[in-house]
Amino acid sequence: MKRVLIQGGRVLDPQSGRDEVCDVLVEGGKIAAVDREIAAEGCEVIDAGGCWVTPGLIDLHTHLREPGQEYKEDIASGGRSAVAGGFTTVACMANTHPVNDDPSVTDYILDRALHDSPARVFPIAAATQGLKGELMTEMHALVAAGAVAFSDDGKTIMDAGVMRRVLDYAHGVGRPVIVHAEDCTLVGEGVVNEGLVSTRLGLPGNPATAEVIQVARDLHLAELTGCHLHVAHVSTAGAVDLIRAARDRGIFVTAEVTPHHLALTDEATLNFDTNAKMAPPLRSAEDRDACRRGLADGTLDAVATDHAPHAVQEKDVEFTKAPPGIIGFETAIPVVLDLVREGILSPLELIRRMTINPARILHLEYGTLTPGVPADITLIDPEKSWVYDPAKGYSKSRNSPWTGKPMQGRVVSVLVGGEPVYDVERGILTP
Amino acid sequence: MIGRDLLAISDLTAEDLWKILETAEHMQEVGRRDIKKVPTLRGRTIINLFFESSTRTRTSFEIAGKRLSADVVNFSSSGSSLSKDESILDTALTLEAMAPDVVVVRHGVAGVPRRIADALDAPVINAGDGAHEHPTQALLDLFTVYQEKGHLEGLSVAIVGDILNSRVARSNIHAFTKMGAEVRVAAPPTMLPVGVESLGVKPCTSLREAVDGVDVVMVLRIQLERLSGALFPSVREYAATFGLDREKLRYAKDDVIVMHPGPVNRGVELAPDLADHRPSVILEQVRNGVALRMAVLYLIAGRAPAPIAEPKQ
Repeated sequence: MKRVLIQGGRVLDPQSGRDEVCDVLVEGGKIAAVDREIAAEGCEVIDAGGCWVTPGLIDLHTHLREPGQEYKEDIASGGRSAVAGGFTTVACMANTHPVNDDPSVTDYILDRALHDSPARVFPIAAATQGLKGELMTEMHALVAAGAVAFSDDGKTIMDAGVMRRVLDYAHGVGRPVIVHAEDCTLVGEGVVNEGLVSTRLGLPGNPATAEVIQVARDLHLAELTGCHLHVAHVSTAGAVDLIRAARDRGIFVTAEVTPHHLALTDEATLNFDTNAKMAPPLRSAEDRDACRRGLADGTLDAVATDHAPHAVQEKDVEFTKAPPGIIGFETAIPVVLDLVREGILSPLELIRRMTINPARILHLEYGTLTPGVPADITLIDPEKSWVYDPAKGYSKSRNSPWTGKPMQGRVVSVLVGGEPVYDVERGILTP
Repeated sequence: MIGRDLLAISDLTAEDLWKILETAEHMQEVGRRDIKKVPTLRGRTIINLFFESSTRTRTSFEIAGKRLSADVVNFSSSGSSLSKDESILDTALTLEAMAPDVVVVRHGVAGVPRRIADALDAPVINAGDGAHEHPTQALLDLFTVYQEKGHLEGLSVAIVGDILNSRVARSNIHAFTKMGAEVRVAAPPTMLPVGVESLGVKPCTSLREAVDGVDVVMVLRIQLERLSGALFPSVREYAATFGLDREKLRYAKDDVIVMHPGPVNRGVELAPDLADHRPSVILEQVRNGVALRMAVLYLIAGRAPAPIAEPKQ
């Protein structure tokens, strides 16, 4: 049986609370032991000196674009980009063509992932048929096919009556409903955060209140139905406050925040760069700081990239016409490491929000280094300096606001089920 | 100093603005000659790239270019490959392959001239982008006020109308505040952008408050199609509350002037008799627009230039 020893790294395992320099032994594709000075006889040794050794990162919000928009990304390229960013498990949203609102599409995604992706892929199915916000999907059949949650991400279910029934039904299925919370009547034509930047640029503004109102409604509906509500890409101080208060009242709510909403503000759009156009938009510094505090105090449970590939010809157009979103796998770690460097949260707490927390939200067995679980492991060099160039990355798309920017911290080695799948020097190691 | 492109008043300093106004004074002199043409830009090619319809701005740029002896080519989006879905950048690059010396861009979306400037070697002049900026309009307004008042610092200027959706308002706010004037903006709150004070202006919710003691009232065109966006309930109510007439103008200074970027909705934002007579200077603005655009073209296309005109004695 193949034995791999990851030696001398700083092991960060949020599930057990372990944060110390020690060794991790992998045997037969599973974690066999985590301890100090494990004997190396008969082992293939990986020197992890100077690195963090963490459970494989989990990204619960991504767009892999297959089926239907393979010119932007496919499951193979998205999976390669994911592991190059340290993500061994990703959940992909349902806004494909056709929409993942039918078990046959879920089957297709899982089949492609099994053959083409070095990362594990878990499909999130649509909450309503065709993402139309009208009739709910066959949730039991979709879960039986492998869906892990339900979401109309990219769209908001504006009809509160429909949303209530979706939450009620999903509660019976035992899976979370993930909401893209923006009141689209308030968003209107808005393409940037409504505030000083929109006022200066003359671009239509999307007010923070559009998110806050929608989160308030959905929290009340979660309370009414008892369903697990997961709020995607929180971007406003108001939403963070509402989620914190709702959690205190015992409402079953979890939430995520993206690296870009933690790092950037609407000032990134001052030069009309469409790679700073997101949905929800980059907000004010006050909102960003509230998201950071929310992540630090646990109100926001997870960091999720919302990896959203778009082709150059789609982004390089008028600001109002460009689709929102950016690719995010390969920049996530260096970007969020800034929070550790600024003392906002500890390495262990950061890794918790990128491993065990998203695993629990989606009911996955991964995200820990507990002996007996599949050996999905990420090695991160938190000091390594490099310059991000999406052309050298693995996504098919290049829509990133960090293009050409200096980065500190990099994923250097990744194992999935005990097999090396990525190494910063040698690149992708499996199909 | 004014850079390669002219994209936004917010990019310029007061010194840049004065330089342009001084140059425009020379150009104004050319416009008063019998033969209104100088050889300054002979052999230079100017492309007017108008993705949004425009009569006065395009014509003004065309006449300005021709008075400087440049070859002016007009491109408008109707009947062009844009109707075949060519991207704006492809269109711009295609035109650039024909080696223009200046490209003048008008587009309905904020930021497009900047994106085109980033992509082209030729300098770009913004002739209006969405609700962002319309720098040559603000410059000709500044020039008109300067000629009327003899100075700019310390003046009070009220801008009345749909500030939220107006590129003219944004450029004029930057221009007049940079020159040391006090700027007030007035509109129903639905037409004021959030945090408009951050631009250095005082928001007013009544016309009376806005025009009280001012030297200049700048009236913006109400876009009647905005009714569908329900920014105001009816033309009747708008005209009654924010439409400017001689009665409401009484609160301004005695020597107040009234400006409008045109075209005017008579009887909506401006009373008809006010549009036609002093203190309105609307046609003066149009006249000055040519001289001002000559100045801008000269400063941008005329690097290492021939003399503009015979030096004045």
